[in-house]
Amino acid sequence: MNNLNPAISAKIKNAKILLIGGSAGGFAIIYDLLLRLPQSFPLPVLVVIHRSKKYKSVIEEQLDIKGKLRVKMAEDKERIQKGTVYFAPPDYHLLVEQDGSLSLDNSEPVHYSRPAIDATFQAAADVYKKNVIAVLLSGANEDGAEGIAYVSELNGLTIVQDPQVAEVKVMPQAAINKANVDLILNNEQIAGIMNTINKINTTIL
Amino acid sequence: MPLNNLLTLELVEEIIDLVRKVYGFDFGGYSRASLKRRMVRIMILKNLSVFDLKSQIINDSDFFEEFLLEITVNVTEMFRDAGFYKAVREKVLPYLSSYPRIKVWNAGCSSGEELYSFAILLDEEKLYGRSFLYGTDINSEVLETARKGIYDLRKMKQNSENYIASGSINTLADYYVAKYDAAIINSSLKKNTLFSIHNLVSDSVFNEFQIISCRNVLIYFNVELQEKVLNLFYESLCPLGFLCLGSKEFLRDENLARKFRIIDKTENIYQKIE
Repeated sequence: MNNLNPAISAKIKNAKILLIGGSAGGFAIIYDLLLRLPQSFPLPVLVVIHRSKKYKSVIEEQLDIKGKLRVKMAEDKERIQKGTVYFAPPDYHLLVEQDGSLSLDNSEPVHYSRPAIDATFQAAADVYKKNVIAVLLSGANEDGAEGIAYVSELNGLTIVQDPQVAEVKVMPQAAINKANVDLILNNEQIAGIMNTINKINTTIL
Repeated sequence: MPLNNLLTLELVEEIIDLVRKVYGFDFGGYSRASLKRRMVRIMILKNLSVFDLKSQIINDSDFFEEFLLEITVNVTEMFRDAGFYKAVREKVLPYLSSYPRIKVWNAGCSSGEELYSFAILLDEEKLYGRSFLYGTDINSEVLETARKGIYDLRKMKQNSENYIASGSINTLADYYVAKYDAAIINSSLKKNTLFSIHNLVSDSVFNEFQIISCRNVLIYFNVELQEKVLNLFYESLCPLGFLCLGSKEFLRDENLARKFRIIDKTENIYQKIE
């Protein structure tokens, strides 16, 4: 990632939160990305994956043990902290409040999904405005597209997995159709951006 | 442009202020992110711009009734979170079996599915005759639905699955009559119930209870309002009474938590001990 244009570099430099959304086919790449984030990673991370409350999930536990960052399921009214990855719990939308805390919401599913990626991306953008980096990965429905479009409108950085390499391309393609996405990247390039964030972001929380 | 993008958090504040001034309803302690999503939902349902929404609130009290219905989340099921009802059956009701009176308060009861689930549990544990169940909400329309106890028959499949997962004794169909596309809760389960308006933000203690259940309501409040409401529940519980919260809601404040013991950690069931 040596060829980033100055506008994108500036967005990476000023970002205060990283959002990642994915669904069908997005799980493995999310797992790999989070596992590789270094302890010094400067941004808190919110992750939304579509999952059912019927199955007990151990992804947070696994990543917490194996990775360098603290990984946990988000709790209601919990303060967002650097060095921590928060997963949206099954059956709740994960939202962000103006005082920098998280909140949970179990209102209607969006695109048949609760948690919904749109809900988290929109709420985070309302609070963090342009200081958001939003990454949307493989998935089988159009959740996330509205969220990406809103982040983009508020001048945050939007990154979408290249539909050509996504296991299921519906979700990234819907976002590309709806928004003027900053970067459309393959998996290796997305990992590269994470390194760039770690190197050039100047956030000190 | 999507309505989400037009309704800024500043406008959300303006609307909260407007509702407070015109109707005396104070949503100031509600989580803003959820509140914004509800307002956007109303705008989409009613096809309103931000300007329309504000002027309708000011000028049309009938519209405000609908606003009040949609602004709170009324997503509910019978026996939602089967593990919770299993825990109530196994860890709470046996404790109350020697009590001459069992009063239950379902705060934020919405359309009543949770209250009737409690009624079924009490009936199956042979406690219903000694029990009285109060359901309260800020919205009169959902309370009317709750009083009637008439639900969409299509929802009974999910409700029935929940009931079975909770450790059912009978079948859910024993508790309602199907008529056309409606499921009508048996009148025997409605006998010892009362549904009425109560606003957790502004109203106070109105009775003393053995069980208070308030699930998936506190998440829509900020920390200060959560504490205030939890104190109201504390004051409304009899000694050794039980407090049931949603799966993502817990006693955060240490001073208050000290006055309870944990009955079930996963299902957030507490017992008042001092």
